[in-house]
Amino acid sequence: MVEKKNVFEIRDFSVYYGESMAVKNNNLDIENNKITAIIGPSGCGKSTLLRSLNRMNDLIINCRVQGQVLFRSVDIYDKDTDVIELRRRVGMVFQKPNPFPSSVYENVAYGPKIQGIKKKSQLNEIVENALVRAALWAEVKDKLNESGMSLSGGQMQRLCIARSLAQEPEVMLFDEPTSALDPISTANIENLLQELQKTVTIVIVTHNMQQAARISNYTAFMYSGELIEFGATNTIFINPRNKLTEEYITGRFG
Amino acid sequence: MAIFDEELSALKEKVLKLGSMVEAAIRDSVKSLMERDSDLAREVIKKDYLINALDVEIDEECIRLIALRQPLARDLRFITTAMKITTDLERMGDLAENICERAIELNEELMLKPFVNIPKMAEIVQGMLRDVLDAFVRKNTSIAYDVLKRDDEVDNLTVMNFNELLSFMLRDQKIIPLAVKRTYVAKYLERIADHATNIAEMVIYMCEGKIIRHMELSE
Repeated sequence: MVEKKNVFEIRDFSVYYGESMAVKNNNLDIENNKITAIIGPSGCGKSTLLRSLNRMNDLIINCRVQGQVLFRSVDIYDKDTDVIELRRRVGMVFQKPNPFPSSVYENVAYGPKIQGIKKKSQLNEIVENALVRAALWAEVKDKLNESGMSLSGGQMQRLCIARSLAQEPEVMLFDEPTSALDPISTANIENLLQELQKTVTIVIVTHNMQQAARISNYTAFMYSGELIEFGATNTIFINPRNKLTEEYITGRFG
Repeated sequence: MAIFDEELSALKEKVLKLGSMVEAAIRDSVKSLMERDSDLAREVIKKDYLINALDVEIDEECIRLIALRQPLARDLRFITTAMKITTDLERMGDLAENICERAIELNEELMLKPFVNIPKMAEIVQGMLRDVLDAFVRKNTSIAYDVLKRDDEVDNLTVMNFNELLSFMLRDQKIIPLAVKRTYVAKYLERIADHATNIAEMVIYMCEGKIIRHMELSE
């Protein structure tokens, strides 16, 4: 069977926090095995939209949604959705690295264990595999039993990526994953994302426009909850169609 | 105005300054030939280093802005355009210098025949350069498209000029050295027009974001 081109199809989708509308009637497709960047000023709704893709917004009181988010053609806001399974298939990495206060090994093995994998040799394999894919294995293979919190910031972030990868996600959501990292760790993560793209679809929210320009295939520009412009990253950064987009990316906003 | 905007407007001023220096060089080069004024020709040649220096200065400024300001969208298109058209302007300056070299040689000899095609070409070419700089400043693509159309007139005059001189040469071999130098001058003007069309194409890129080089003008 030919795989569908779009992993996500966001249709007339809005998010409300109480009375205020954080995401306004967005329509957007997320393509398979591509990196899609969402940019826009603070408060524009980009993180809210990102978190809507694996229903992290469910955890916020007063938050409700309207419209559809189709994940491989199935609406994830359907009442029958298994949210835990959704979040396994659509992983998430945050701005601040947040490893569990346990060993490097346990951080990565946690998800598979919860899923019921008990065999030590199988867990070992999953952990090694995930750490290799997260480009962290060489640095931690001799300290798997040390605390995940003892690693450097960049290493902790890659540990969080490995933790997510151990669950074999189809999509990974990144919410400003490098904003707390130095330029070298940032470059490592960016290289890693481009490598992961071969096997995982990536959506990244970033404040760093150059980062979006460097790594993404598609860029979405949001302003005040609205999706102002979406297109190939080349087009958005060289010749955007919309005046607001142009003003934002050339730093002449407001 | 933000510092970056000031830098961009200073860059634009520099490109315009280069443009006016090249305009003057072309005007004087043609004048030195028409009025048999070799002193003027030597002066143009002597001053070419100023054009070269400003070309380098603009290039360095563009590279600095790309590295430090990381321009995007219209700023990126403006800076890349400035960089490319500067190269064209500098080459136009070199061609004006070449016209002066031929003028000095031709001024040493008797007039072969009165100039007819060359002043016509010079007038069109100077108009193209003036208008294309205007299009650049005003971000006006219709002026730029108009400049592109005029290139054909220059090409036709180049051929006409060559055919006339060729018939002279066939009749009298002794005048070949002089006639060849005059065909050179026409060729230099034709090349200047080509650089003006390059600039027009870059202005269209700057405004519309599409590269129309190597495409037929069909509208």
